Amino acid sequence: MNPYLVPGLVLVVLITVAIGAYGLRFARTTSDFLVASRSVSPAWNAAAISGEYLSAASFLGVAGLVLRYGVEVLWYPVGFAAGYLALLLFVAAPLRRSGAFTLPDFCEVRLRSTRLRRLATAFVLFIGCLYLLPQLQGAGLTFATVTGGSYVWGALLIGIVVTGNVAFGGMRAITFVQAFQYWLKLTALAVPIVFLIMQWQSDGRPPVTPPAGAVFPAATSVVIERDAELAGIGPVSAGETLHFAAGDPVPRVSTVDAKFGADWLQPGGDSGLFGTYSLILATFLGTMGLPHVLVRFYTNPDGASARRTTLVVLAMVGLFYLLPTLYGVLGRIYTPQLLMTGRTDAVVLLLPEAALGGGHLGRLLGALVTAGALAAFLSTSSGLLTSVAGVIFTDVLRPGRSGSVREFRLATLLAAVVPITMSMFVSDMDVSRVVGLAFAVAASSFCPLLVLGIWWRGLTDAGATAGILVGGGAAVLAVLVTVLGADLPSGLAEFVGQPAAWTVPLAFLVMVAVSLLTSRRVPADVSATMLRLHAPESLRS
Amino acid sequence: MADEPPLPRTRVVLGEAAARRGPADPARTDLTEGTPIGDALVKGLIRAQLALALRLSLVVAAGLGALPLLFAAAPAVGGLKVFGMNLPWLLLGVLAFPFLVLVGAAYVHWAERNEQDFTAVIRRPER
Repeated sequence: MNPYLVPGLVLVVLITVAIGAYGLRFARTTSDFLVASRSVSPAWNAAAISGEYLSAASFLGVAGLVLRYGVEVLWYPVGFAAGYLALLLFVAAPLRRSGAFTLPDFCEVRLRSTRLRRLATAFVLFIGCLYLLPQLQGAGLTFATVTGGSYVWGALLIGIVVTGNVAFGGMRAITFVQAFQYWLKLTALAVPIVFLIMQWQSDGRPPVTPPAGAVFPAATSVVIERDAELAGIGPVSAGETLHFAAGDPVPRVSTVDAKFGADWLQPGGDSGLFGTYSLILATFLGTMGLPHVLVRFYTNPDGASARRTTLVVLAMVGLFYLLPTLYGVLGRIYTPQLLMTGRTDAVVLLLPEAALGGGHLGRLLGALVTAGALAAFLSTSSGLLTSVAGVIFTDVLRPGRSGSVREFRLATLLAAVVPITMSMFVSDMDVSRVVGLAFAVAASSFCPLLVLGIWWRGLTDAGATAGILVGGGAAVLAVLVTVLGADLPSGLAEFVGQPAAWTVPLAFLVMVAVSLLTSRRVPADVSATMLRLHAPESLRS
Repeated sequence: MADEPPLPRTRVVLGEAAARRGPADPARTDLTEGTPIGDALVKGLIRAQLALALRLSLVVAAGLGALPLLFAAAPAVGGLKVFGMNLPWLLLGVLAFPFLVLVGAAYVHWAERNEQDFTAVIRRPER
């Protein structure tokens, strides 16, 4: 095993806990815990938002998807970044000015409806769990892959570190922790890629898609875990070990779905326009509905700074997403065996040692990317847990204005127990797909609520409730069907597997139609609310 | 002292806070009291900001959203090479991100200008 690995991982956990403990010195009141007393500067806040947002799906998943499917999946990183543009254009400043702290708060401020507030709470909890689960799972799988330890211990360890950190430091500490973790993640991908590209140059720039198909760059052994059909070799059964010499062609495996040659290099494959546009809609519009993203906007001092923070986040996230694509492309050359095993999510972790050899440099860089992956799990799950705990604290425990820090800690524990327990039992769910489904649910429930609530006076509580129930409910159903793996006819499977293209317009339509029908329920104070959402703070006296 | 009658309660307002509230500023009163003029002003601001946001999302929809259609309608575009990279990889893997940041920067610039215009109207001294 890589000797730099354990020290690297321990260091990341220690620094995380240390910054959390340092932040604790400043976290005295409940307000410190929930919104960092609204005093975080845009630069810190932007780094924290980016650090929180770049999850395992971005750090490991995007490179793995590129390795496997090529140009079609570049829409994932583009959409993950463009989501912040949509957030900036339609939501950032008015949301901050609304003075609400969570999405349920926004429902109350804008539409004065307790019933809608409860519905929003249910959706925040569902999306939070749906997003938290794959983070813990990814952490467990990474621990198992890299250290050879057990999956359960990896997931449990991350779960405990994150719960402790959120419960004892709250958001104030989390802001610093996440700002640190953004820079760690960027460094962990940026430094190795310099060496990897130099190595690629000195190897004489081997082509990414050689005409004769991929070849093994070095002698490789592949252990077969499932019975499969190998092109050119024939059927193999579980337990067999195959040896390949350097230069041997990489056989295609019947059980692993991947693309090769021109299909990988050029768009217009069999995934279809519907799937592509559905993905674009889900990622572009889903970001604004993710509870852990929204909660950070309340830590800006005013609307204008919320806008500037979002712009910096867009730049930081965009800078980061230049890198995973390169890992996926180089993985095509140096780790083609992953296309046989199907464990493409591991490409970022394995590439440095595979390309640079098992020397000190390769191992050091390998430990660096693993530390970055750990940071990705820690930061996203911390942020999610903070926001879910915040909602449980204000809407489920309902301690009123005198809410104590102890109750916030109880809320954190409650929020952590369900996903951690679930992660013990589902280890084979596809990480990036679940994250994509969480985006689809957010895009078809909270995105219409926010956009219409901020820009249209005519929205009513009945309209919002109906839209969330119909659009969001359809997306939730599609998620459950997909996750439980029901068999569907192929025409229907695409509609259910990538639901956003029909659930988002449906949610908007229902919300507008029902609002028009119930127009006498428009809140009486809608003009005052609109003034508050859109007028600059300097006019408030 | 004990047998003096208690003074009637008076409301104490800090001089500073009272001064900050200022004499009745007609435009600001229009805003806070929700008069038709104030309502129209706010509606104008909201319309301006929404139009700006929608215009820029059209730019993104035309710039990025049209790409899958383009690649599907003209597969030859997908095979073009620029600087040794296939065009779709260059567009989606690299250029998309600076493009998004540019659109975002333009939005922040113009949105702040809209707000300044709004503030200027409210703050304009009576002539």
